[in-house]
Amino acid sequence: MSNQKKSDDNLKGTLYATFGIGIVIIVVWALCFNLFIDRF
Amino acid sequence: MTTAVTSKETVNKINSSNISFTKNNLSKVDKKDAKLSLAHIYVAFTALLLGGLAGLLQVFVRSGQFKLPFGIGYYQVLTVHGVLLGLILTTFFIMGFQFAAISRTAGAFSNTQRKLGWIGFWLMTIGTISAAVMVLLNEASVLYTFYAPLQAHWIFYLGLTLVVVGSWLECLAQAMRYAQWRRENKGQTSPLLTFMVVVNNLMWFVATLGVAAEVLFQLLPWSLGFVERIDVLLSRTLFWYFGHALVYFWLLPAYMIWYVVIPKVIGGKIFSDALSRLSFMLFLILSVPVGIHHQFTEPGIDGFWKFLQTVLTFFVVVPSLMTAFSMFATFELRGRELGGKGVLGWFKNLPWKDSRFLVPFIGMVAFIPGGAGGIVNASYQMNELIHNTIWVTGHFHLTVATAVVLTYFGAAYWLIPHLTGRKLTNKLNNYANVTGIMWAIGMFIMSGAMHIAGLLGAPRRSEFSTYGGSEQATEWISYQIAQAVGGTILFIAILLIIGVVVNLLWFAPKGEEEFPVGEVAEGAGKTPAILENFKVWGVILVALILIAYTIPIIDIIRNSPLGSVGYKFW
Amino acid sequence: MHIHKYEKWWLVFGTGTLIVFLLIIGVSAFHAGTHPNNSKWTINYEKVNEIAPFDNPGVHKVEGKDWDYEVVLVASAFSYNPMEIEIPVGSTVRFIATTTDVVHGFEVAGTNINMMLEPGYVSEKITTVDKVGEYTVVCNEYCGTGHAMMYSTLKVVDSDDNSSH
Repeated sequence: MSNQKKSDDNLKGTLYATFGIGIVIIVVWALCFNLFIDRF
Repeated sequence: MTTAVTSKETVNKINSSNISFTKNNLSKVDKKDAKLSLAHIYVAFTALLLGGLAGLLQVFVRSGQFKLPFGIGYYQVLTVHGVLLGLILTTFFIMGFQFAAISRTAGAFSNTQRKLGWIGFWLMTIGTISAAVMVLLNEASVLYTFYAPLQAHWIFYLGLTLVVVGSWLECLAQAMRYAQWRRENKGQTSPLLTFMVVVNNLMWFVATLGVAAEVLFQLLPWSLGFVERIDVLLSRTLFWYFGHALVYFWLLPAYMIWYVVIPKVIGGKIFSDALSRLSFMLFLILSVPVGIHHQFTEPGIDGFWKFLQTVLTFFVVVPSLMTAFSMFATFELRGRELGGKGVLGWFKNLPWKDSRFLVPFIGMVAFIPGGAGGIVNASYQMNELIHNTIWVTGHFHLTVATAVVLTYFGAAYWLIPHLTGRKLTNKLNNYANVTGIMWAIGMFIMSGAMHIAGLLGAPRRSEFSTYGGSEQATEWISYQIAQAVGGTILFIAILLIIGVVVNLLWFAPKGEEEFPVGEVAEGAGKTPAILENFKVWGVILVALILIAYTIPIIDIIRNSPLGSVGYKFW
Repeated sequence: MHIHKYEKWWLVFGTGTLIVFLLIIGVSAFHAGTHPNNSKWTINYEKVNEIAPFDNPGVHKVEGKDWDYEVVLVASAFSYNPMEIEIPVGSTVRFIATTTDVVHGFEVAGTNINMMLEPGYVSEKITTVDKVGEYTVVCNEYCGTGHAMMYSTLKVVDSDDNSSH
């Protein structure tokens, strides 16, 4: 039951924050990959 | 709060009440252990001051506005900076912190264990001094990455060997205390902090075998003149087998503080004991078989093996993803407990004025761009964008020189008074907060300028140069001036940090400062025993290393060209 | 061991992103051939100046190969030979470089040409120089006191018949 409780914890902010980090990573990587493709 | 309690949970509750009972008995680091821990802290912060000064001189030289006096070489200063901050500050702080952490959570060291710790400490200190003398005599301007066939004086190599051997003895002492706890508390989950220390030490031991092999079988016989030639690529491969795990050896103590200490500082709970242990075990198995990602642009290593280690490097990101979630979850649960509303409203309920929280928190934030940049560096062919440019310097100044060291400093602000029996007063706490904020500003400017200049091609580890008046080099110089501005702010921050540390060591009012150790959130599941089975994880570790390294090393040895004689080009 | 629902989402999203990155760079490397320098060519580094092609450093136009030019470059403390490389824009070039003493770098600033030169090994990179400009070649691996004095220049020029260099 306590496990049930864990999943009920309100972690919406954490979800947003971590996905925000993920998006930072994707943007940085994509910009660099684009630069790599662009250069000879 | 739960009402229905299963039998499994009853056991769990008994366990945790047992642990908290033990914890009450162990709320302080043993006095004799505190001395050993403090000895490390002295060396660490001396290294910070001197290494920081070397860093200041470097950014000045690179701005083009300043020349080193008294015939001091730029690369001599660079070697000082790298060795003192990359090896000495880190290793000594880590070992000092780990002795205290074990004494606090598993209990005081036995006399034998502590003696072993002291022998280790003195070996490390003597090693540091002998290496430092060689650097100062300009006999060893080879940077801390060694760079054979540049050949330093053998005493330099021997000195650094003593640092590593000394650290092994200390790791052994800590492992013995852990083993003793396991014997005395059969069937129980070990204290989280102690467990984490042991994982970090095991990883360190396995990693340092590479550099030990390089020094003992290659560099020492060669610099002593017993052998004439050295296999350069093999020496580099052995170095990087160690060199990347080294950065995780720096990082894991910061993670210990994030996982275990910070929750208590903010008044919350550890999000999950099991997940923390899992992330440490993942670091254990994945930190070592990734070193070739430092050698992507080197000849003599096949693309397949480089790519395999790229994949392994990407996997080692996963435990950091887990850590990010745990941290935010701890913050959010606590912030909501204090009445935070909405999706992100809990954020402002965190103790922003508490340096024990704020300073490491700034470090955590720096780890986001640091990690993102690291993924770019590790992306195999994309490494060509930035390899050996000053981008890399900017990268590790965000990771090790911000995320990691700010966490260390944030910990020092409570650890030192805890060990000396003094108080972190309000005033000192405010100064401590200023150090964190100055660090953030200085590093934003310096590291930001390094990242941009690196993408424009500016090389790392290079003295000021106009490269024959080239247009590109002119472009780099303006960023080098920005680096000097950021570096100066950082140096002022270092002076302030030293001021706070000196106060905490000798002048702050007497009193008791807590060594904060978090407890696990209620309702967190029981930790599976497999997470503490070192045999299983050890086998996986060895297997991964064999897979990642056997064939590349056989190839290197089989195809090796004529070896290199030593050069002294400085 | 229990994992919160959102943590599962996050780990799936994060790990998924990493796998996508790996697929992109894997395909780009192994299918499109954008590997970094992985050369296996070894050489006696003490006799580099006597061994072809390093007995004749410089830019050479070649016929019947997958590339139009070979740039042969020798690095030694603290200079590059040649000091200037001129190539018509749009040519495909094979850069071949090695060192006569310690480890050096060969980085053409602002491009993807970036490789280590190690004693006993020849490093190689094939690329099509598709942007006109003057690029500074720098040594990006510490090699001694004169490290920052080591440079050369790659000129990618407009005209097509400039190959006499």
